[in-house]
Amino acid sequence: MNDVKVDDGDLIQTRRMDGDATTASAPKKILVLGSTSGIAEATCRIWADQGASFFLVARNQAKLAAVAGDLRTRGASFVETAVTDLDDTDGHPALLGKAVEALGGLDIAYLAHGILGDQPAAEKNFETAAQILHTNFMAPVSLLTWLANYCVQQHAGTLAVISSVAGDRGRKSNYLYGSSKAGLSAFLAGLRNRVDREGVKVVTIKPGPVKTAMTTGMKGQEKFADVNKVAQAIVKAIDSGTETVYVPIQWAPIMFVIRHIPERVFKKLNL
Amino acid sequence: MVPMNWQTDFPANIQGVANGALAVGMGRSYGDSCLLKDGNLLLTTGMNRLLGFDPETGILTAEAGITLGQILDFCVPRGFFLPVSPGTKYVTLGGAIANDIHGKNHHVAGTIGSQLIEFELVRSDGTRRVCSPTKEKEWFAATIGGLGLTGVITCATLKLRPIVTRKIDYEGIQFHGVDEFLELTEQYRHIEYTVSWVDCASTGKNFARGIFMLGDHSAVPDELKRSPEPKLVFPLDAPGFALNHTTVSLFNTAFFHKQGKPRVKALLDYEPFFYPLDKVQHWNRLYGKSGLLQFQYALPWESAKQGTIAILGEVAKSGLASFLAVLKAFGDVPSPGLMSFPQPGITLALDFPIKADVTFPLFKRLADMTSDFGGRLYPAKDAAMTAAQFQNFYPQWEQLARMRDPAITSSFWERCTGDGLSL
Repeated sequence: MNDVKVDDGDLIQTRRMDGDATTASAPKKILVLGSTSGIAEATCRIWADQGASFFLVARNQAKLAAVAGDLRTRGASFVETAVTDLDDTDGHPALLGKAVEALGGLDIAYLAHGILGDQPAAEKNFETAAQILHTNFMAPVSLLTWLANYCVQQHAGTLAVISSVAGDRGRKSNYLYGSSKAGLSAFLAGLRNRVDREGVKVVTIKPGPVKTAMTTGMKGQEKFADVNKVAQAIVKAIDSGTETVYVPIQWAPIMFVIRHIPERVFKKLNL
Repeated sequence: MVPMNWQTDFPANIQGVANGALAVGMGRSYGDSCLLKDGNLLLTTGMNRLLGFDPETGILTAEAGITLGQILDFCVPRGFFLPVSPGTKYVTLGGAIANDIHGKNHHVAGTIGSQLIEFELVRSDGTRRVCSPTKEKEWFAATIGGLGLTGVITCATLKLRPIVTRKIDYEGIQFHGVDEFLELTEQYRHIEYTVSWVDCASTGKNFARGIFMLGDHSAVPDELKRSPEPKLVFPLDAPGFALNHTTVSLFNTAFFHKQGKPRVKALLDYEPFFYPLDKVQHWNRLYGKSGLLQFQYALPWESAKQGTIAILGEVAKSGLASFLAVLKAFGDVPSPGLMSFPQPGITLALDFPIKADVTFPLFKRLADMTSDFGGRLYPAKDAAMTAAQFQNFYPQWEQLARMRDPAITSSFWERCTGDGLSL
């Protein structure tokens, strides 16, 4: 069933600040899928400071309301929200149609939802494995199919999607998550190859481990990347239409090395 | 650590955990009031959203894990400033309330508690209360300065004060001795921010010399946006001998004479005026691996002068070096907080390196002297007062004990009350 609740966002008047160039241009129209994820929220705060318009989608009403309130307060021109579970792919066309209508167009679709999943459980149980693949791969494919076709029609728009360094090579510690992201990265590469010539940008974002709610309690979390720095790098990559961006950038050379370790050696490593 | 990223996380996030819980933000309390041995710390720093702001009135609502620095990043470009600010911006709003923090404007603005419009308090039984000076008054009072023990503060509303520039009209005035400090305090009581650095290593004619620092928000409209400054990082733990009586005496003499003349005026950015140490990340490493402790008392006016002279004398005599010694007169703006630390009179805050056989005996002598002079110590900074002293300083602790959330406690509370968990 299509179970999308939409509440009207307030239009907030914020005091215009001297020398703030970003308020001069039309606000960016941004659709955020998985708005309560740590990375998404930090990214949206930067866009809110620039006065962007948002259509925010998440599963949890209370959390979504808190994020929406924060972005409105920080200077978002317009915020509308929808509570839905993005696993429900049947509901995607209606949801996305509403979003584009509410925003009056679309400049950026930002896909940030995903689950880490329970790797040990997924090794024993296909249902668990399938769930990870569905949330991290099938659902984005469904969303991006609709969004890419919409953007191609408009000859404009950026599809910014959070994949992961984990998709660059399967490792025993999280290969279900990794393979879902590998599939997503490959899908994005193919999609880019198709739509770039139509004026649509596809940005593949590959974060390393980031200090967010998703990684709370993981070993070594205090050394993970700062979410605000990651968000700044993402905003920059989207602005410049970078095809694939590792955040933080240190992960680019690390993953280059990891991709090039011979499989005969790699299979013996504990990664 | 249990994450507390959302206002709705508590109490579900402590279901099934043993040994109690304690909300903690930046962990900047110097003592054990932000610790819970064998228990669960609820880390609130991800709960840092702004929930509303009125640019006409300056009334701001934010989640309790937001830091004062994050609030400033938001409000300064919009022409507003915190109504009360401590000496670091790296504390959370919830922590500021739980310790009823004060700042350089205590003599005119009181504590943060006296500036609060309302906050939400959530208890482990799931009840949620909006507390204000008129609603849930008892919970409002017990939670302000309540050391996080009455429940978890999820969000708060306060009124910011307008500014037209980031700049502070600053003046630094050298003084010699407690008498001159008191004269300056009286002379400049109309100035919004006053605080003094005092040299507590010197004896004889230089005893209790210092610099009386005063400032007002400049009234000349100017740039409000941030001018990014390079941040210094203290790269490693200094060796244990780095801070000794000689180095601190040298530092103190240099600091006293740095301004070159008895009076200096300047236009300063608010950051170096309010948060000089925030510029140096991990400054505490200067104290070496064993770290530092703070000692802060508030003495009532009756004994303020005599007590301050006696305690400064004891510190100078001890030979234990404290180079971050801060002296200030508290005003008489009452706090609604049941356990609020400030009282009209004088407060002195001292940093000491931890030297096992020296620091704690000195702290004991200083705590005894504070007690004899009718003063009290600041739980937010304490690691050494005895249970008897705490209960003597704060006879109202029994009221807090009755209102404490049964699932919440702290190492400080266990140490100073023995009021164990009743889970």
